[in-house]
Amino acid sequence: MAHFKKPEEGSWTEHLKVDTEPVSYEDSTSPEHYELEREAIFKRTWLNVGRVEQLPRKGSYFTKELDAARTSVVVVRGTDGEVRAFHNVCRHRGNKLVWNDFPREETSGVCRQFTCKYHAWRYDLDGKLAFVQQEGEFFDLDKSEYGLKQVRAEVWEGFVFVNFDENAAPLREYLGELAKGIEGYPFHKLTQVHKYRAEIGSNWKLFIDAFAEFYHAPILHSGQYMPEQARKIQKYGYEALHYDIDGPHSMVSSWGGIAPPHDREMVKPIEAALRSGLFGPWDAPDIGMATEDLPPAVNPTRDPRWGMDSFVFFPNFMLLIWRPNWVLTYHYWPTSYNTHIFEGTCYFVPPKNAFERLQQELAAVSFKEYGLQDGNTLEATQTMLESGTVDRFPLNDQEVLLRHLHHSAQEYVREYQRRTAGAPAAS
Amino acid sequence: MASVFPEGFEALEPFVDWAVPTEKARYAKRISSTMDELDAFYDVAFPLLKSGTARLEKISMEDISEPDKRLLWLFCSLVTVAFSVEAWRQPRVPDSGASSIDAIVEPAV
Repeated sequence: MAHFKKPEEGSWTEHLKVDTEPVSYEDSTSPEHYELEREAIFKRTWLNVGRVEQLPRKGSYFTKELDAARTSVVVVRGTDGEVRAFHNVCRHRGNKLVWNDFPREETSGVCRQFTCKYHAWRYDLDGKLAFVQQEGEFFDLDKSEYGLKQVRAEVWEGFVFVNFDENAAPLREYLGELAKGIEGYPFHKLTQVHKYRAEIGSNWKLFIDAFAEFYHAPILHSGQYMPEQARKIQKYGYEALHYDIDGPHSMVSSWGGIAPPHDREMVKPIEAALRSGLFGPWDAPDIGMATEDLPPAVNPTRDPRWGMDSFVFFPNFMLLIWRPNWVLTYHYWPTSYNTHIFEGTCYFVPPKNAFERLQQELAAVSFKEYGLQDGNTLEATQTMLESGTVDRFPLNDQEVLLRHLHHSAQEYVREYQRRTAGAPAAS
Repeated sequence: MASVFPEGFEALEPFVDWAVPTEKARYAKRISSTMDELDAFYDVAFPLLKSGTARLEKISMEDISEPDKRLLWLFCSLVTVAFSVEAWRQPRVPDSGASSIDAIVEPAV
């Protein structure tokens, strides 16, 4: 029973020229494959590590742990206003340069120079080595040769990305047409931030899978609805308005999130009282742009039933733009083949009063309650995939972006293997 | 002694320990409470949230007073507790096991 029109080919999967065979999840259960992904993907693609609002003035900095790329970076706004990134390592004896209390925890702040905790070597905001303790004790030390090791950093629409591959194409070229079609969205007005972090017991791709399809929502999250509504939603199932793919990136455009909901019976009392819920506050704040005037890649079909678009920018950055003028981002940072750190960040227009603040709290907390269910389900999936007892899994048309993600990740690994054939294997 | 909450919300005074400034601590308090405790808090606070909408809309975030701040934090707790009371009928999220999602950045108020 189709509620929304599909492409002429009869399915999104065939339309987007993705295969329809059952898939294996060997790419999510193998430590060896993960080591290849670290080299082929996390050291060679643009990784979104934050937003420019985290660097409000000259000397503002934050660190980002990138275990998958085997490094930590410090991202800083220089005295010239430019955003730069450096490997977070002192050139003297390799101590981590910027950290507080716990070496593995991320930190942020404002400073004029970076000073190593070990021997007080100091670096300017542009990475130049500025001071060496007891410099005369060293042997012909040329300070200009011992600046911080710079990492490529570029900004798209206020999102700061880094790339460890000096030969990679520029960020905007890499992000492609979908990103181009989002440009102009007023992200800079959404400065009220709620950020969540979780350690997840699954391969990083499996959590992207979970959020790249909504086929699961009526079932796994049925308890979020009033019982009568949960039954109705399960019967209805899920179909997207539109799917699209551009290179390794993809998007799904979805109905729902229409506020207020047509059927008030579906909402819980707290949602009715606060006029808010998982889809955000029902009263959309002014962002200087009407729904019809949003950039072309947002609600690409211009469907009046549109509720939300979810973009996957390969490898691990998801951007959700909701009809009631708020944004949610997800990041998945691998820490091993079967663990990763998940970050979910809600961006709202700053609330004008206490009621709006509570509306946003309900949206943020709803996301967290759902996410807790998703996260734990993933651990259950990972353990059984690792058992290897089943190795062919059928995916349906509403799961097309999962196939595409795994194919893209595998293609990066194959391409890396082709390039390094004859060279020693990644370790 | 100055009132803990703004005028009109005196009935919340027995529940002042729910005026918790951070989401992480609010959630921790929820999962260490019994359903009886959560129901008791919800039954008093929810009607006041409903009847207090107009009042809450007049509280500017710019120069929020201490009693208003406590009221806001308490209603943030009500938001968290509402999931247990209205949906889960248990303090924890069902099927969430040992997993946790922690707030690491949130607005100061």
